[in-house]
Amino acid sequence: MTELLPLPGLRHVPAADAPQNRKEFTSDQEVRWCPGCGDYAVLAAVQGFLPELGLKRENIVFVSGIGCSSRFPYYLDTYGMHSIHGRAPAIATGLATTREDLSVWVVTGDGDALSIGGNHLIHALRRNVNMTILLFNNRIYGLTKGQYSPTSEPGKVTKSTPMGSLDNPFNPVSLALGAEGTFVARTVDSDRKHLTSVLSAAAAHRGTSLVEIYQNCPIFNDGAFDAIKDNESRSEAIIPLAHGEPIRFGRDRQLGVVRDRFTGGVRIEENPSDADVLVHDAHAADPTTAFALSRLTDSGVLAHAAIGIFRQVEASTYDDQARDQIATARAGTTDTRTALAGLLASGDTWDVV
Amino acid sequence: MTKQVQQLDRVIIRFAGDSGDGMQLTGDRFTQETASFGNDLSTLPNFPAEIRAPQGTLPGVSSFQVHFADHDILTPGDSPDVLVAMNPAALKANLSDVKKGATVIVDSHDFTSRNLSRAGYAENPLEDDTLAEYDVHAFELTDMTVEAVKEFGLSRKDSSRAKNMFALGLLSWMYGRPTDSTVTFLERRFAKAPDIRDANVTAFKAGWYFGETTEAFAVSYEIKPAPMAPGTYRNITGNLALAYGLIAGSTQSGLPLFLGSYPITPASDILHELSKHKRFGITTFQAEDEIAGVGAALGASFGGSLGVTTTSGPGLALKAETIGLGVMMELPLLVVDVQRGGPSTGLPTKTEQADLLQAMFGRNGESPVPVVAPRSPADCFDAALEAARIAVTYRTPVLLLSDGMLANGSEPWHIPEVADLPMIDPAFATEPNHTVESGKSAGERDFWPYLRDEETLARPWAVPGTKGLEHRIGGLEKGAGHGNISYDPANHDLMVRTRAAKVERIARDIPPLEVDDPLDEDGRGADILVLGWGSTYGPIGAAVRQVRSSGHPVAQAHLRHLNPFPADLGAVLRSYDTVMVPEMNLGQLSMLLRAKYLVDVIGYNHVRGLPLRAAELAEAITKEITR
Ligand code: SF4
Repeated sequence: MTELLPLPGLRHVPAADAPQNRKEFTSDQEVRWCPGCGDYAVLAAVQGFLPELGLKRENIVFVSGIGCSSRFPYYLDTYGMHSIHGRAPAIATGLATTREDLSVWVVTGDGDALSIGGNHLIHALRRNVNMTILLFNNRIYGLTKGQYSPTSEPGKVTKSTPMGSLDNPFNPVSLALGAEGTFVARTVDSDRKHLTSVLSAAAAHRGTSLVEIYQNCPIFNDGAFDAIKDNESRSEAIIPLAHGEPIRFGRDRQLGVVRDRFTGGVRIEENPSDADVLVHDAHAADPTTAFALSRLTDSGVLAHAAIGIFRQVEASTYDDQARDQIATARAGTTDTRTALAGLLASGDTWDVV
Repeated sequence: MTKQVQQLDRVIIRFAGDSGDGMQLTGDRFTQETASFGNDLSTLPNFPAEIRAPQGTLPGVSSFQVHFADHDILTPGDSPDVLVAMNPAALKANLSDVKKGATVIVDSHDFTSRNLSRAGYAENPLEDDTLAEYDVHAFELTDMTVEAVKEFGLSRKDSSRAKNMFALGLLSWMYGRPTDSTVTFLERRFAKAPDIRDANVTAFKAGWYFGETTEAFAVSYEIKPAPMAPGTYRNITGNLALAYGLIAGSTQSGLPLFLGSYPITPASDILHELSKHKRFGITTFQAEDEIAGVGAALGASFGGSLGVTTTSGPGLALKAETIGLGVMMELPLLVVDVQRGGPSTGLPTKTEQADLLQAMFGRNGESPVPVVAPRSPADCFDAALEAARIAVTYRTPVLLLSDGMLANGSEPWHIPEVADLPMIDPAFATEPNHTVESGKSAGERDFWPYLRDEETLARPWAVPGTKGLEHRIGGLEKGAGHGNISYDPANHDLMVRTRAAKVERIARDIPPLEVDDPLDEDGRGADILVLGWGSTYGPIGAAVRQVRSSGHPVAQAHLRHLNPFPADLGAVLRSYDTVMVPEMNLGQLSMLLRAKYLVDVIGYNHVRGLPLRAAELAEAITKEITR
C-alpha cells in the first residue's frame, strides 16, 4: 500500500517506495541559462531537496509561465508544463483542484507573475489553492533582453526606458500579504541552506505558498542584490525573520525592529532594548504586522530586505472545499450513467405512445 | 354558456411587457402547458441586456414568443397571430411584427398620458385608428387582477404584479391549455410566501374564468397534439441541453468534468446548471477572468479531467492564446461559445453567428481547431457529446458554437436512452511506448509524448501519477515523437502539417452530409441546394417547405461539423447548379466554402440580432430559382 506523507501540504500525495536521489530528478535536457545566472542555484537546490521530500516522482508537477525561470520544468524529471505568459497559477488551480494526489508547483518570474499574470496571482492567493509558487525576482526582463520589470527600482534606465522608468514597483511580499496569502516568504538564490528550509516549509504548508526568491541576472541586472549578498554589507542589510525570534541583526546584533508608535508600523532602531524588539510571529492570524515588516524592504536600490517566512497560517483551501462539496453531493451516487438517465428524464415530461 | 371551439393547426403567440412584468415566466409557463399537451413547439425569448431598463420605455420591453402546432414545426415563427401587450411600450415595440388581422390583447391600465408619451405615442392608439386592422381586445387586466386577489391583503403594487398570471390564465383558456402544472409550479415557487402564492394562483384562475365568461371572446381554440415518435419527452432550452450533453460527455468517457468559466451572457446558464450537478463528480470553477477559466480547464485536462470552458464571443477572444496552447500540447479541451451579436460588447442578449471565423482562425500561427455546431435547442445535447468525443479521441481543443437563439429557445426533446449514447474511450497511456535506439540506455523502454496513433494521429495522453511516463509539454514547438523542444525548421514544418492533418483525419469518422432533396428519388436532383449551419436550421427548413409547397423543388442540407467539413461536401456542392448559404453574419461559411471548394455559393445574410425570417428567406430562394 502506498504510504501518505504527514505534512499537511502533501497529505494526499503518495510517498516514494524507496529513497530517491537528485539524479533521478534531473531530466536529460541541457540547461540553457546564461553562465552565472541565479536560476542554476535554485535548480540545484530544488533537485537536491525534492528527493528529500520523499514523494513519488510521478506525483509531482511543475507548471511555469514564460520567462527565463519558466524553463525550469524542462530540467526536472517530473511531470511538467511550460505554459503561456502569466497563466501558470490559473492552470495549476485546475490541476490542483482536480488532483489532490499531486504536489503542484508553479515557477514564475517578476514579469510573469506580477505584470501579465498579476490577476491570476492575487486570485490564487485569495483562494488558497494547495500549491507552491516560486517567484524568481530578478527585477528585470531577461528573456526579452533587458526591459525594466514591475519590480525594478524607479528611474531604471533600460532599452525601453532610456530616460528612466517612471512607475512605482511592486513589493511582491506586500502584494501577496495584501491578497491575504497564507504562506508568504522571501529567500535568496545564493543561500542554499535558507532556500531549502523555506522551500520545505512552503511544500509542507496546505494552501497557496508564495516564495519570492531574489535571483541575480548577471546579464541584464547584475548586482541588484549585492547589498544582501556581499559579505561586508549583508549582516546590516538582511533583516532575518524567524518565527518566535526577536528581529535583531547587524554585525554586533546592534540593530532591531521595533514598533513605530506614530505610524502603527515598524522601523529599524539602533541599540533597542530587548523589551522593545519585535518578536516575529509568522503564525499571527492578522497579517498587519507581517505587512509592516514587508515595508522594510527598499523599493528603490536594495539596501535592506527582510528575509524569511513572513506569514504561515492555517486556513481552509479552495481545492479541499471544492472536493468536499463534490463528496457531499455524491453521497449515495454509485453509478453516474444511471444518475444521468434520471437527470435527463427530470422536470415536466410526457409520454407519447 | 358553452362557447364554440374552433380547430386550428398552429398558432404563434407573443407575450410582451415591461422587463419587470414577468413575461419570460409567463411565456415559459404557457410553453410548459403546451408541451405537456403534446403540441410541437418552438420558442423565442427576447429581452433587453439591462436587468431593469427604465419602466415603460421601449428599451425596457421584454417578450416571449411561442409557436405551437398539431404538426412538426421548425421555428418560433415570423409574425405572431396573437400579441399580448401589457403596456403601451410593449404594443409599440411589437406591433410591426404582428400580422394584419391578428388578435391584439392589451392591458389598458397603463395607457395613461404619461406612459403613452414615454412609449412615444402622441395619441392613445386604443382610441385612434392605429389598431384598425387588428382584432383588438383592451381590458383592465391590472384592475381585474387587483380585484380578484384583494382577499389576500397585499399592497396594490404586489397585487398588480400578479397580472401576468391573469393574462396567462386568459390565454390558457383561449387555447385549451392544461393548467395543473402551472398551479403546481406556482405553489412550489412561492411556497415560502403563502399570500403571494395564493394571489398568483387566484389571478391565474381568474384569468381563465374571465375568458370563459366574457362576451369579448365568442370562441376558444383547439390545436390537436402533434404526432411524435413514441417515447418520453420534455421541453428543453439549448443551454440546458448543452449542459446535459457535457455531463453525458463525462459519464460516457468516465472522465470527471471540470468547468472553468467566467459569467457572460448568454452562456452563464450552463455554468449555473453544471454547478447543480456535483454528484456527477463535476467541479465548477468560477474563475477571475475568461483566461483563467480556460487555463484552469486546460490544467484539469492535463490532470486527466474533461476540461470545459463556456463563454460568448468577447470571452472567446480572451481565451485565444490558451486554446493555442491546447493545440500545441494536444490535450482535450471543450470550448463552448454561445454566440451573441458583436463586435465588442455588441448585443449581449441577441443572437448572431458571426464567431465562425474567430473559432476557425482566431489564434496566432497555424492553429487548427475542430468546430461543431448544434442546429436546434434539443440538438445541443448531441452536439456537446460529439464535441467531447472529438476532443478526447483526437486530444485537441474543440469549439462548440451555439448561439443566443439556441441557448434560450426551447423545443420538445425526445429524451434518449443512456444505453444508446456512444461511449468515449480516453485510452490513457499507461506504459512506455518507445525503445531507446542508441547511447548508454539503448534498448531501454521510455515514453515519447508525441509518438502518434497511426490511425487518428492523436498523441498519447499520459496523466501525472503514471509511473515511468514523466514528461514535459508546453507551448514551444515540440520535436516529432520525443516531444522535446525543437527549433529545427524541417521539424516545425512537419509538426504544423501534422497538426493540420490530425484535424482533417476527424472527417474519417464524420458521416456523409445528409441532403434532403425532393428530386433525389428520380436521380435528377434539384437545381438549388440551401446549405446552413447552427441555429438557422429551423428558418431554413421552414423556408424550404414554403418554397416546395409552392411547387419548386429545392434541396436542403445542414452542417454539424464546420471543421473539418464532411468528406463529401465538395462533391455535394458541385452537384448543384446553385448553392445558397443563409447565415446570421455577412457570409462567414460562404467564405470558407468558396476558399476550400472554389464553388461560387450565394450568401443570404442578415445580422439583426434575431433569427432569419422564414418567409423572407423563402422569397429569396424562389427568386433564385425563377431567375
Ligand atoms: S537573462 Fe538573466 S535571468 Fe535570464 S538566463 Fe540570462 S542571466 Fe538568467
